[in-house]
Amino acid sequence: MLEAFKKTEVYKSIFRHSYQDTQRNRALQIVDNVFLHLHPVRVPRHATNIGYTWGMGGITFLLFLVLTITGIILMFYYRPTAQYAYEDMKYLMNDVPFGPLIRNMHRWAAHAMVLTVMLHMFRVFLTGSYKPPRQFNWVVGVLLLVLTLLLSFSGYLLPWDQLAIWAVTVGTNMARATPLLGHEGPFGPELGMQPDNDVRFVLLGGTEVGPPTLLRFYVGHCIFLPIIAAIFMAVHFWRVRKDGGISGPETPKKA
Amino acid sequence: MQQFLEILTKPDNIPIVFLLFSVIFFSWFAWTKAKKNDAQGFPVEATMDDKVQVWPYLVRVEFLATIAVMAVLVIWSITLDAPLEEPANRSLTPNPSKAPWYFLGLQELLVYFDPWIAGVVLPTLIIVGLMAIPYIDINPKGNGYYTYKERKFAVLVFSFGFLILWCLLIFIGTFLRGPGWNFFMPGEKWDPHYVAVLTNIDLSEMWPLNIATRLPDGSLNPASFIFGAVCVLGFYSLGPLYWLKYRNSDFMKKLGLIRYGTVSFLFLTMVGLLVKILLRLIPTFLGLNPVKYVWVTPWFNV
Repeated sequence: MLEAFKKTEVYKSIFRHSYQDTQRNRALQIVDNVFLHLHPVRVPRHATNIGYTWGMGGITFLLFLVLTITGIILMFYYRPTAQYAYEDMKYLMNDVPFGPLIRNMHRWAAHAMVLTVMLHMFRVFLTGSYKPPRQFNWVVGVLLLVLTLLLSFSGYLLPWDQLAIWAVTVGTNMARATPLLGHEGPFGPELGMQPDNDVRFVLLGGTEVGPPTLLRFYVGHCIFLPIIAAIFMAVHFWRVRKDGGISGPETPKKA
Repeated sequence: MQQFLEILTKPDNIPIVFLLFSVIFFSWFAWTKAKKNDAQGFPVEATMDDKVQVWPYLVRVEFLATIAVMAVLVIWSITLDAPLEEPANRSLTPNPSKAPWYFLGLQELLVYFDPWIAGVVLPTLIIVGLMAIPYIDINPKGNGYYTYKERKFAVLVFSFGFLILWCLLIFIGTFLRGPGWNFFMPGEKWDPHYVAVLTNIDLSEMWPLNIATRLPDGSLNPASFIFGAVCVLGFYSLGPLYWLKYRNSDFMKKLGLIRYGTVSFLFLTMVGLLVKILLRLIPTFLGLNPVKYVWVTPWFNV
């Protein structure tokens, strides 16, 4: 029955090669798969050694995917207005089936992602992998690190509880002191900066963390920042391949 | 002590406990690999340069890592609930108010610097400085393997910045800073009524100079202003001075003036950060008045 199905046009149109263990099929397994073709067909053996890579970049990407999926599920239950946000959180934690699990996964994966991004950067530095020809990809990586922190920070406000509002208040208070652009920063007042027209006002949509801030952070967290991050990730992965794959020592053969 | 354990095991602080262990582990791990590579004279990875097929050799590692990470994440999420406190209330300020954990290193710097430096200039310099690394590090060695011997300066500076100035400060900011952002040792009770008796002075007011920052009528003392300016600008002129001395060396010529300027500015800023922290801490331990500002101007204080 299965054998008969494997001979149909439908099956052959989906799986374009047999599973028999041959060099050719192993290669096709990678290049014929849209998800796996990020990879080259063959890599140097040290690339599969977790002691070299720590696997932190890959884990970061996995966590990003987990965050996207759990985040979309959470969006079904959450309204980003001061009136409903906290109630929706209570509803999610108490009445939605698997609500706490989804929210916990989202929060802990977010924390873990900040951690793995930092460790990924540490590893890339210690192996000197930013050196030519990979300089630009390091720059893209730094931008992704910043985006990860911004994503995490903007998500921190959304539960709209005491923890959220005061952590974001502390964080965004810094913007007051921006030189030239903040109303308490050096040369800010001289340039006409006031609490209601400086850079912090733009960030918060008000003079303090309030309902407009919630909406701003929500849109940033769910749409703007993930799209930017996804674009930079595409560049990051593509450049890994274009810059010669995973970094490694010059070997006599190559030199 | 019980309170310290409570803070340590607060759900939102678990990542920092992970951070502590993973950073220590990976630093040790990378260190042993670098030692080994340096001792044998060639990197271990050079012996592993034969090609293997991604399917199955890489994909299976990724698959196992995925299963492991998902298992940890699901267990973590089942056992620990994300915090949800009282509804947002602008009229009720918690003490201490803390930023998310990954920004607590920067919040900790607020003790030593005004917000425009700790909250804006330093983060910007960190980001710009990180992006500049590949372009200012012209040492071709150590590309693609762990080593210490071949790039001592780079590894030391980066590790110091990451481990001490970033991770350690996050740890202090989370676990040792209580109400009023006062410092409490592990086991000490976070007393909200604790008042630290501190009389901060400015650098020019320190013995043996004793130049008051303000004149009796409250205006800025020009002598103090000039002294501060000399200190700060003098500190940054160490960069050009070093260049004048070694400009003819081969290394300097290869580095070029723009690269050298960037390196020396970023490096001096990092050292200056440390100096400013020590100017606060050392007098405190000696029972003297800690230093608040090095340079007071009408527009900003450093």
